[in-house]
Amino acid sequence: MNCFEIKNLDLFYGGFQALKKINMEIEAGMISAFIGPSGCGKSTLLKTLNRMNDIIEGCKITGSVRLYGEDIYNGADVNLLRKRVGMVFQKPNPFPMSVYDNIAFGPRTHGIKARCELDAVVENSLRNAAIWDEVKDRLKKSALGLSGGQQQRLCIARALAGSPEALLLDEPTSALDPISTGKIEELLLTLREKYSIIIVTHNMQQAARISDSTAFFLHGEVIEKSDTKTIFARPADKRTEDYITGRFG
Amino acid sequence: MRKAKLKLSERILRALTWAAAFLTASVLVFIVGFIFIKGLPYLKPSLFAWNYNSENVSLMPALISTVYMTFLSLLAAVPLGVFSAIFLTEYSKRGNKFVALVRVTAETLSGIPSIVYGLFGMLFFVNFLKWRYSVLAGAFTLSIMILPLILRSTEEAIIAVPDNLREGAFGLGAGRLRTVFKIVLPSAAPGIFAGIILAIGRIAGETAALIYTAGTVAQFSVNPMESARTLSVHMYALSNEGLHTGEGYATAIVLLLLVILINAASAWAAKRIGVKK
Ligand SMILES: Nc1ncnc2c1ncn2[C@@H]1O[C@H](COP(=O)(O)OP(=O)(O)OP(=O)(O)O)[C@@H](O)[C@H]1O
Ligand SMILES: [Mg+2]
Repeated sequence: MNCFEIKNLDLFYGGFQALKKINMEIEAGMISAFIGPSGCGKSTLLKTLNRMNDIIEGCKITGSVRLYGEDIYNGADVNLLRKRVGMVFQKPNPFPMSVYDNIAFGPRTHGIKARCELDAVVENSLRNAAIWDEVKDRLKKSALGLSGGQQQRLCIARALAGSPEALLLDEPTSALDPISTGKIEELLLTLREKYSIIIVTHNMQQAARISDSTAFFLHGEVIEKSDTKTIFARPADKRTEDYITGRFG
Repeated sequence: MRKAKLKLSERILRALTWAAAFLTASVLVFIVGFIFIKGLPYLKPSLFAWNYNSENVSLMPALISTVYMTFLSLLAAVPLGVFSAIFLTEYSKRGNKFVALVRVTAETLSGIPSIVYGLFGMLFFVNFLKWRYSVLAGAFTLSIMILPLILRSTEEAIIAVPDNLREGAFGLGAGRLRTVFKIVLPSAAPGIFAGIILAIGRIAGETAALIYTAGTVAQFSVNPMESARTLSVHMYALSNEGLHTGEGYATAIVLLLLVILINAASAWAAKRIGVKK
């Protein structure tokens, strides 16, 4: 089954075309990786999937994106969409409030008020993000006191608290040390069964280690997309090969 | 040689910065000390009598009026300034002509001498609206005077809130309103309070704009349509009459303490409401 279906997607930032005729299907229950050189449009495509581009002035989109068959740009409720499609950013961005309130922010936004219900959601999300043991004694303390790696897992937990169907991660480990990176990769592998995960990464090993399918981007186009093993062993396009072997500029 | 020279210039520079810092501090100490020495002997209980008369020259009514005036001015200016700032920073589109206009206006207004506000207040509130000399006319005049200050400091505080916090909130499905009130404003609170503290300082120290709008009646009345004088105006009146200069200095001590107290309270509130690190 496909989680996302992207058809003939063009995206313009003012007069600049950042995405050109993207056609892509993203399967459910898998980890998909977006790779490609800087500025090729990976983040931009990721942001079209939960409509974070709406915030950017002068951004224009044509074509369609479907989430489980439902067109997300036509008549969908953006806020509900963002609950269904969680997002984690490059730099950990915990809110300046307690660990508990960080996790409860999403559920509260969507109308959950009862204390016991919130308690359960908070604990579950933190357990799912493999950070419960580290923070269970400091739920009421500020999230800013956590380490960078813990903050990023907190942000993953925060996204999970809305029980999303898909999780978008934009270079989630690029600001972290190898140990924290390892923890997050492990975490993503455990989450794969429950969520469709899309991760943007500059790290070839990371894509090879954790993803099931990989898409290679160049200048706003998808050059090649197939399962990860194939793309790393026998890339179909010369440019893909150049990029993953590091011969690319 | 070269090294020694560098060292010398470094030492001179250092001496200069020390001297400058010392001079600044001593001016402050001198003023405060001067006021205390002149005023302390007159700081008698009769100065705090409930009612003013020419015998006791009590500052109590003026003290209460100052707090009342500050409260009313902030009540009008803070919501207006904060909401305008929210609109300008979070809701309006970038490069909006109207926004640019509001910014230039605020910038200009903050440079106008307070006597001009006083004259405007007299012409508009006192004469045109026929409020006569009243606390309300004074408070509205002051609130116009401090509005640019509140607006600018709130704007700056909001702009300083990192964008990735907004992204985080939007990414969780929060709308613009919720993002502003739950994420942006709490993070900006210390900056907003800093602006309010400055505004309080300006209100407490204002005389010119008030003499023309709130008048100089030395009694306190809860009715905002009555005339009243703040501590600064009271001081001005005392020294102007020349009969009670000592009591004027004593009033200055009280005004000084009042401002310190209000600042401390605001700082404490900012800490409570704002970000806990
Ligand atoms: N808000 C924006 N306004 C205008 N142009 C933008 C904006 N955001 C991105 N771009 C441009 O769109 C192109 C794609 O950007 P994008 O951020 O998607 O690249 P990326 O593949 O994620 O790169 P990186 O690996 O450096 O994160 C770039 O040329 C970039 O300059
Ligand atoms: Mg990017």
